[in-house]
Amino acid sequence: MTVPMSSPNDPLDVEAIRKDFPLLSRTVHDRPIVYLDSASTSLQPRSVLAAIGHYYEHTHANVHRGVYATAEEATALYEGARRKVGAFVGAADPRREIVFTKNASEALNLVVNSWGRANLRRGDAVVLTEMEHHSNLVPWLMLAEAIGIELRYLPVDAQGRLDLCDLDKILDGARAVSVTAMSNVLGTVNPVPLIAEAAHRNGAVVVVDGAQSVPHLVTDVKALGADFLAFSGHKMLGPTGIGVLWGRQELLDSMPPFLGGGGMILDVALERFSPAEVPWRFEAGTPPIAEAVGLASAVDYLSAVGMERIVAHERALTAYTLDALGDRLGPDCRVFGPPAGGDRAGVFSLAYRDVHAHDVAQILDQFGVCVRPGHHCAKPLMRRLGVSATARASIALYNDPSDIDTLVEGLAHVGTVFG
Amino acid sequence: MPDLEELYREIILDHYRSPRNRGELPAPPAHRVEGFNPLCGDEVILSLEVVDGVLRDIKVAGSGCSISQSSGSLMSAAVKGKPIPEVRELIRMFKAMMSVHEASLSDDDRTAGGGDADVEPEPVDLASLGELAALQGVVKFPVRIKCATLSWNALVQGLDELAAAS
Ligand SMILES: Cc1ncc(COP(=O)(O)O)c(C=O)c1O
Repeated sequence: MTVPMSSPNDPLDVEAIRKDFPLLSRTVHDRPIVYLDSASTSLQPRSVLAAIGHYYEHTHANVHRGVYATAEEATALYEGARRKVGAFVGAADPRREIVFTKNASEALNLVVNSWGRANLRRGDAVVLTEMEHHSNLVPWLMLAEAIGIELRYLPVDAQGRLDLCDLDKILDGARAVSVTAMSNVLGTVNPVPLIAEAAHRNGAVVVVDGAQSVPHLVTDVKALGADFLAFSGHKMLGPTGIGVLWGRQELLDSMPPFLGGGGMILDVALERFSPAEVPWRFEAGTPPIAEAVGLASAVDYLSAVGMERIVAHERALTAYTLDALGDRLGPDCRVFGPPAGGDRAGVFSLAYRDVHAHDVAQILDQFGVCVRPGHHCAKPLMRRLGVSATARASIALYNDPSDIDTLVEGLAHVGTVFG
Repeated sequence: MPDLEELYREIILDHYRSPRNRGELPAPPAHRVEGFNPLCGDEVILSLEVVDGVLRDIKVAGSGCSISQSSGSLMSAAVKGKPIPEVRELIRMFKAMMSVHEASLSDDDRTAGGGDADVEPEPVDLASLGELAALQGVVKFPVRIKCATLSWNALVQGLDELAAAS
């Protein structure tokens, strides 16, 4: 970790941070890479890569099994990662309330299949929003197909915010609300505490998709008012292959297992099994040990830089981006989502004139700019916006105004090619 | 940016801006076939009118990127009015051009290890492809090959369906 920070109030030193991310030093098409796809997956600092390498070179063994030294060490590292991740999101008991999964999608599937199947009956209502990622939509649709629950949706308004006018009406009688804390298409930061408060008043359980918010905002599960929170390691400077489900202890304790296998049992006979304690009950098979080590290191890195500092940096860069796109490209470039402000994060879905997102992204690639074209796994929202695809640029702590300048330069070139 | 210029040739942009044979034919009597790329949402709808072994008329509808749309337009102009065997030959040559460098990527069936990949691609006489040769630049952008072949795969499917029905 090489980020030199003096006082917590100093702004983030982007130049120093960029040096920590090896991938940022490569070129594409003979230009420095401009990585603007962190909403898809983030880059990793050298310290995370080193922690994973060190784990494999010095410690690797299976967890919760052997009694030899490295097995003990691996178990300590894995359980230590659990505590660190739990503390990072404000878990009351980080040792028991954090379940490691494959990714945020699996964490959401766990909630739907374990809590959902145990608690929901035909006709029960679950409230989602029109801006959910497919990962927080398809599992519920699958449950609806299987047992006949009713799905209701909070609508999205013209500015890309949730329309909460009928919140109490939509929540009336609902058993669960599952909502993203931050849109991966619009950059909207949703008022989760307000929704959670209303949901609890109506007796509903609150599931929060934190895949986008945990990497970019200060997260505290109590302040959110969440009962479950799902997120992914690879979007928060960690490796792929690990995700997290935080759940309130009483809820997790009451839930049946999701996947079966080794490690999740107390006892097994040929006729029956009894499941292990939480959180191991939900971790069938050899877990992502090296990935947990890497994720813990990513949490260390984020904490050392300071989430408040990251929020301030990204908020300033978000305002810069919205201004730059508006001032320099004018009406040629349409940006979806709310204007700069407290509920607007650094995700920019763009439409350049009527040029298809694939063509926009292809031309940007020649400038070394990585953006993602497509529907961003949110097809219902795209339909709502009236587009089939957008080119999405998204920022993280290692981006600076020069990245945005290159994006704008590339977008202007789209205009030249398609003239 | 030479690669970019090769991809976005003037002919391609022209067909993208003013697509030929745009629209749909009443079906029946025309035969309707759809092509869809779930990855990017590109969509093409072909209406084929085959009379006495000749592709008398073809219309192209749908939406998508410049490569998928211009390829559909270029295709329609190239095959319209041609006897089916000639159409089939053109499809074969077009697909061969698309697979010059990326044999395993060009086909829809992504058989692991790509049996095709071992076969030397047949040399393609670009001159005989006419305007279609403009799409050759796509080969340098492997992910875009699927865009270029979308309408051609739909055409093959349509002709196969017609052949099976007759
Ligand atoms: C809002 C949101 N939810 C869920 C996911 C799913 O994350 P993963 O693919 O890591 O499971 C994503 C990732 O794109 C996302 O943006």
